[in-house]
Amino acid sequence: MAPLAFEHISMTFPDGTRALNDVTFSVGAGEFVTVVGPSGCGKSTLLRIASGLTTATEGTVAIDRDSLGYVFQDATLLPWRTVQSNVELLAELHGVTRGERKHLADEAIDLVGLRGFEKHYPKSLSGGMKMRASLARALTLKPGVFLFDEPFGALDEITRERLNDELQRLFVHEGFAGLFITHSIYEAVFLSTRVLVMSARPGRIVESFEVPFSHPRVPELRFEPEFAELSGAVSAALRGAHA
Amino acid sequence: MSAHGIADASVSPTGAAASEANELEAQPVAPSLPKLAFGARLRRLLPPFVVFCLFIAFWYAFRYYALAPRRRFLVPAPHSVVSVAYGNATNRGYLLDALWLSSRVALIGLAIAILIGTVLAVLMSQARWVEASTYPYAVALQTVPILALTPLIGFWFGFNFKARVIVCVIIALFPIIANTLFGLKSVDRGHHDLFTLHGASRWTRLFKLQFPAALPAIFTGLRISAGLSVIGAIVGDFFFRQGQAGLGVLISNYQLRLQSEQMYGAMILAMLLGLVVFWVFGLISSRVVGSWHDSTNGS
Repeated sequence: MAPLAFEHISMTFPDGTRALNDVTFSVGAGEFVTVVGPSGCGKSTLLRIASGLTTATEGTVAIDRDSLGYVFQDATLLPWRTVQSNVELLAELHGVTRGERKHLADEAIDLVGLRGFEKHYPKSLSGGMKMRASLARALTLKPGVFLFDEPFGALDEITRERLNDELQRLFVHEGFAGLFITHSIYEAVFLSTRVLVMSARPGRIVESFEVPFSHPRVPELRFEPEFAELSGAVSAALRGAHA
Repeated sequence: MSAHGIADASVSPTGAAASEANELEAQPVAPSLPKLAFGARLRRLLPPFVVFCLFIAFWYAFRYYALAPRRRFLVPAPHSVVSVAYGNATNRGYLLDALWLSSRVALIGLAIAILIGTVLAVLMSQARWVEASTYPYAVALQTVPILALTPLIGFWFGFNFKARVIVCVIIALFPIIANTLFGLKSVDRGHHDLFTLHGASRWTRLFKLQFPAALPAIFTGLRISAGLSVIGAIVGDFFFRQGQAGLGVLISNYQLRLQSEQMYGAMILAMLLGLVVFWVFGLISSRVVGSWHDSTNGS
């Protein structure tokens, strides 16, 4: 069974807004699926439904919520905790012992390259470093499924590309199944094994692209003709969906 | 999970990419309340000191040039306030005893207000119906003039220490309830989602999320209430005069006896008590939340 599967998911909010319309797809083991679409097309709602934060009005989700990583749009670090203590938070909430927590956090902090910043408070970190800490926090639970809700949307292009490179390596290292939401086509193509294009509200999946490039991917991939070609096709599909 | 950094997986040797990334992204850290150098400290203290000197000069000028000699008892000279009220051992004894009593009234009243206020705010934050049903009464307690309640307080609790403490509690309670409740309820929605996602219980959420998030607001309320409790202690004295005298009792006695030097001395002590309490809570606040919260200012 796929780690994450949506079956005929529709969502209508109490105020009558229809956010999602009959969405069906699954994310298999070892897959990294990205949903691209414009702001407000219901992408984030999809993740909230997957995680159980929101209940869909129709359809079912199959997912193992005990093994779930969720990276929000904001880093959502607790400002009164240091980086170390923020990264330990989820393990703490799940009742992991102090020693084991520290071990998990140390490992995750190394993975995202935040060594040396453990004692810093979030207010003294840049946006990119906050996002690294947020990633590390989710990694401590060693999730089988990782949900990303436009995590790099607020970052500058340089930081964003760097974090894309690192996330891609994490994916190779950790072997989780990923579902990534973005409105950047290049980010989608660079990270994913499959790109899904979502229509304007009410969102539904209108097209699906397999991304053939093998992992690990190098930063220079972004400037290969094949990369540009696929990005162009995704872009055309997006325009078609919103014409 | 590999112990290697992801940063070194394909491009650069261990650590290099990570530190490079950090250099790239690390921005100058906002200094958290820097230790002021002597010169900077002096520059900060100088303006209020100048104002103080001008005030004393104005005081002397007013006494000696504006007032007719037979009315000068209304405004004793600063140096005679100091020498009569604080220099004379008997007067100083009265004043210090009264100061000690008023401090106790204010601090006990404040402590009770903190206890009741925090408990009420937590209950209100946990269920909307508790807030809806009790908050209007908290507001009513705040808006009713304390003067209107004094006869009742006297009847019920006597015209003594206890009654003065009750006045402090009533005056200091509302800012604590209002600020604590505001703090507990203004937690970021994303943080709530995070705790929901990981199955946090109501208590875990309260102690690991809502309380720490509310601390800056709680301290704002504490500082306001601390100042108010000193006012309450002095005001209470004017109505509840039995037992040992507080600063308010002394002020009104000195007024009746036209002992203006002593009266000014008592007023100045009351003012200093308020300032010290406000300053102490500012200090505690910047100690507790200053390291992570921006808007703390200990002055």
